[in-house]
Amino acid sequence: MKPVFLKFSLYDFSEWIKSIHQWLIELAGPTIGHLLGLALVGTCFLLFTALLGLSVVYIERKVCAFFQQRLGPMRVGPYGTAQTVADIIKLLFKEPTMTKESDKFLFMLAPFIIMIAPFMVLAAIPFAKGLHVMDLNIGLFFILAVSSIGVTGILLAGWSSNNKYSLIGAMRSGAQIVSYELSVALSLLTIVVLTGSLQLSEIVASQADGWWIFKGNFPAIVAFIVFTIASTAETNRGPFDMAEAESEITAGFHTEYSGIKFAFFFLAEYVNLFIVSAVAATVFFGGWMPLHIGNIEFFNNAMDLIPPIVWFFMKIAVIMFLVMWFKWTFPRLRIDQLLTLEWKYLLPISVVNLLLMSFIALKGWHF
Amino acid sequence: MKIAKSVARYIGDVIYALKTLLTGMKITGYYFFHPKEILTQQYPENRDTLKMFERFRGEVILIHDENNEHKCTGCSACEIACPNGTIEIINKREVDPETGKSTKAIDKFVYHLQMCTFCNLCIIACPTDAIKMSQDFEHAVFDRTQLTKVLNNPGSKLMPGIRE
Repeated sequence: MKPVFLKFSLYDFSEWIKSIHQWLIELAGPTIGHLLGLALVGTCFLLFTALLGLSVVYIERKVCAFFQQRLGPMRVGPYGTAQTVADIIKLLFKEPTMTKESDKFLFMLAPFIIMIAPFMVLAAIPFAKGLHVMDLNIGLFFILAVSSIGVTGILLAGWSSNNKYSLIGAMRSGAQIVSYELSVALSLLTIVVLTGSLQLSEIVASQADGWWIFKGNFPAIVAFIVFTIASTAETNRGPFDMAEAESEITAGFHTEYSGIKFAFFFLAEYVNLFIVSAVAATVFFGGWMPLHIGNIEFFNNAMDLIPPIVWFFMKIAVIMFLVMWFKWTFPRLRIDQLLTLEWKYLLPISVVNLLLMSFIALKGWHF
Repeated sequence: MKIAKSVARYIGDVIYALKTLLTGMKITGYYFFHPKEILTQQYPENRDTLKMFERFRGEVILIHDENNEHKCTGCSACEIACPNGTIEIINKREVDPETGKSTKAIDKFVYHLQMCTFCNLCIIACPTDAIKMSQDFEHAVFDRTQLTKVLNNPGSKLMPGIRE
């Protein structure tokens, strides 16, 4: 048997993952080997989210600054690259304060619940060929269901803080996420009509001859726009950051949190941003699938030279940039405007869009 | 008919909203891809080349020309105009050596920077345009007594022909 690291290939991870699994089982027996494998995956995701948080916070601050004709962090490290590291060190050393009459247990629990949702969703996302923790046959449904657990953490945080601003923020967030969940699900369903499967690996495989945003005609583009808007609202990001509207309710549900617990909320926001972009990339832009146009051989082969994982992260970066773009362009909505936008505009549009897409799929007008 | 109208308005609203939102994104997108539009000044680094704009109010200065002459007649209009007693004019009597007439001239133009709110009222009040705001803004000192400044240079004189 070849050593583990020799089977590494940037284009297909399944061999490599399988050999690691084999090696672990040989090393420690089937039960402990399996558990070791799980621990390894968990550690990988922990490291991944930590690095993701560090880099995305820096990128967001820079991107935001450029949109507003500023320079952003420039002092710590070259071009301010060590700024987020300094911030994390500061947060680690801060005192974890607590309000006097707060519900202590729930107060401590809330940051963990908020982190659990994105971690569970990360498991279902296909990063590259074979780099996929669990390929559920209801993958998309699982993502939609689990990602809304996060709101429980927000509600708990707001409730247990014993602070009126926190409670208002949490309630707003609850109303917002329950409403926008509908549009997110309906816009994803528009593509599921075409794929005929909720399994993410099959959704990716169905885009081997072109991404759904190109193949799915006009309704796919509408679905993508609706998904981007609704999922931004779902992750509590601007211009829908009602839950933490600084000018009205100080910081909303995390007003009373300090130190590392605050860092958890902060990290969860950016991991959620990553997840939303990853789902959008998987469903609309073909996941890790390189850009293929029909059966043009030489073009498809040229595109295949770029490893799938690079494709995946490139797509995520583009979608994240789009989300940041409108976050730093538009002013924050009022709570009634927010609900009007969902119930009067996004929901009817996505229902009609779904109907249109079903008709197109029935007639076979898509490519 | 009514329904058709409201549906048309609904669709019109959506299109209009998308159009205006895209206009906003176009502007910020232009800023993003044109780093020359950045307004931030990297202050300590660009200290040598930094030039404040003309309207900037740094501190009050008394203008002296190359002959060490200024235009202040000591009329105290600025002292009266100042809302918080920043300026103190101390006059002296001077005997003109030619005519033998005794005239008023400034001995000390005292300026308390620590009390100044840079409101520009003294500059407006001055009838002879003797004082102006400079663009210098690095006022930090280690002792506040250093903030009390005498603006007229030692040995400076009134510019001839100003009093008339």
